[in-house]
Amino acid sequence: MRRLKSLFMTLGKYPTSIIALVIIMVLLTVSIVTVITIPYSEARRLWSTSSQAWEDYPKRAEPVWTNWFRGGGSKLPPTIIRSTKDVEPLSVESLGSAGVAKETITEIVFDFPYRVHPSELGLTFDAVFETSAPFARITWITPDGREYQVYDSAIYKRRHSLSSDQPLQRALGTFPLLGLFSSPDETLRELSYETATTPQQGTYTLRVLARTFEAESTLDVKLIVYGRVSGIAGTDHMRRGLIIGLLWGTPIALMFGLLAAVGSTMVTFIIAAIGVWFGGWVDSVIQRITEVNLMLPLLPILVMLGIFYTPNIITILGVVILLNIFSTAIKTYRALFMQVKNSPYIEAARAYGAGGFRIIFRYMIPKVAPILIPAFVTLTPGYVFLEAALAFLGVGDISLPTWGKILNNANTEGALFQGQFYWVLEPAFMLLITGLAFAMLGFALDRIFNPRLRGI
Amino acid sequence: MAEKLLQVRDLYLYFRTMKGVVQAVDGIDLDMNRDDALAVIGESGCGKTSFIRAILRLLPRNVDTYKGSVVLLDTDIMKLSDERFRTHVRWQQMSMVAQAAMNALNPVLKVGDQVSEPLVVHRRIPKKQALAQAAEVFRMVGVPADFLDRYSFELSGGMRQRAILAMALITQPDLVILDEPTSALDMLTQANIMNVLKGIKRDLQQSFIFITHDVSTTSELADRGVVMYAGHIVEISSAEQFFLNPFHPYSQKLMASVPTLKVRKDLEFIPGRPPTLINPPQGCRFAPRCERRFDLCEQEPPLFALEDGRQVKCWLYK
Repeated sequence: MRRLKSLFMTLGKYPTSIIALVIIMVLLTVSIVTVITIPYSEARRLWSTSSQAWEDYPKRAEPVWTNWFRGGGSKLPPTIIRSTKDVEPLSVESLGSAGVAKETITEIVFDFPYRVHPSELGLTFDAVFETSAPFARITWITPDGREYQVYDSAIYKRRHSLSSDQPLQRALGTFPLLGLFSSPDETLRELSYETATTPQQGTYTLRVLARTFEAESTLDVKLIVYGRVSGIAGTDHMRRGLIIGLLWGTPIALMFGLLAAVGSTMVTFIIAAIGVWFGGWVDSVIQRITEVNLMLPLLPILVMLGIFYTPNIITILGVVILLNIFSTAIKTYRALFMQVKNSPYIEAARAYGAGGFRIIFRYMIPKVAPILIPAFVTLTPGYVFLEAALAFLGVGDISLPTWGKILNNANTEGALFQGQFYWVLEPAFMLLITGLAFAMLGFALDRIFNPRLRGI
Repeated sequence: MAEKLLQVRDLYLYFRTMKGVVQAVDGIDLDMNRDDALAVIGESGCGKTSFIRAILRLLPRNVDTYKGSVVLLDTDIMKLSDERFRTHVRWQQMSMVAQAAMNALNPVLKVGDQVSEPLVVHRRIPKKQALAQAAEVFRMVGVPADFLDRYSFELSGGMRQRAILAMALITQPDLVILDEPTSALDMLTQANIMNVLKGIKRDLQQSFIFITHDVSTTSELADRGVVMYAGHIVEISSAEQFFLNPFHPYSQKLMASVPTLKVRKDLEFIPGRPPTLINPPQGCRFAPRCERRFDLCEQEPPLFALEDGRQVKCWLYK
């Protein structure tokens, strides 16, 4: 404990290491909180393509905070959701003599002060009935009082997209999104996305006339004006909030990086010690395996593995460790152990009859072990990047949200061609600060533990 | 008649090097009784350390020839397998205080852990008991028991030396081999260590072989002196006889190089250098440097047995 404290005191002398420690602490906290608040199964469910969790989110929306950097006129609209459930109906009338059927008129109102069109318009119906479906007639009222009937039908499906409603487009003579937000002085037929001006600002009203035909039947209508900004990380082409991927990517990246670094380094270290101690053919075999292994291309092997076996992240981790055991580090450690092997105290241990493995684990390894600590830290970002690279190449668990997976999606969906830089920059930023933090800490630790660098 | 402890016959240990084969131990015969303290004396590079390494089978990788017989209490330990040798001979029957003993402590283990290691390894004694025994031995060699809980760098040179000595004694082996036990210590500490060793010899009837090139400290402890030169034993005699009246010309020169307090004399040295053991001279190996050489020295002399159990490898005593 005292030594740990003195280690931190020494680290304090290197400002970069303090920054690094802060970043790592933040990443660790994020990881822990994420894993606790969004359990693994929940994360998988949220990220799966069939998830309904995201249906009220816009596609490809930028992060909300990007609006901070936009002037008043060019702020992007966020998503606006209004439901008839939340407002009192204007009138409720019984229809016919049986008294079962009802006609309810409700108006939902929203302000639209933005000069950029929303991305989509949608309705969600929440209908409760047994045999006869409710009926709805929905009228869109612009701030200047023009009325457009946007829906007039029985409820036959839960979701209805206004912005891609073909009959409505024919009736309006232009794209619904442009027509419904047009100014009174515009001719609808001439509107197109090329000539479109700004949407009309003001208070829009949606009048919902709902008819239900059963005693217990109800109908609630929800209007979703899909915005162009959403959440603190934006959304992807499947409306999923990137935040889930960014958050869940953190524990996965850290786990993968640290386990791969620690696992491969420790095994390498022990194998190097065994090779040096027993020498002869044992050493030769280890060295030859290393030389062959150094020739093997890691990435193509992993991609091949991914194609043939669709392995999960743990399997990939295992293979990565396995392929990195016989790495160049074995040569470095071998040189260190060679020196240690000839120390007088090793000789003394031999003289009192200590066995080979006792000497390796009690005498040789503890002596050199401190240099492993910077090695763990400096090797970690490499494996974090490797994991991202593999996910980017589509190797590994498809349903697990990771930084590499987000980059993969951004790539296949052409995020950069459509100007959605946030989609690429966010995971890239996470990778960058992770790499930076570990690298900075690693350099500081290296100076502390590596006597040759001390004082430089 | 004392019990026979060690009987070495025709022990050879050659090393392969880039320049050729080094004949470090070239046919050594030696007998030793229990309770004997044997001092192996000689210049640097005459094969002293190789000799005890050959006995303890602590060999480097480049061994060329390793043969002969070493009988330790009726067992020819040369015939044992490496594993059996390791588990049954090392530290059970023979222990060693290595050269540069100061550095023989593992820097990352506590001294107590390390001194008790032989018990844990060989006797499978639980750690706690082993530590208690270590404390006992520490007391014997004059180290406070609370030093058990320290690391080697916290100990002074003399303390370290004694800790190593404690480690050699902890299993109560039949034979303790000390390789220059006092070479890196100051005079006072040397005297102190020698007194500790004397005490142990007196109280435990411990048998010692110790290697030294410091003739004066040897005189304190040794019962018999063994002089080595160029891989051969050239003289074996009781300590008194040896110090008062050495026979072999090399021994005489060696003694003449040691300053004495009472008699004023010019210190002598032996011209030339010990021969290289890669290509040792034919005949008597000391002949090229010997003032008393004559024709017979062209051939190698045997080890002549004289009265009082003295043995000398020189034609002068034919």
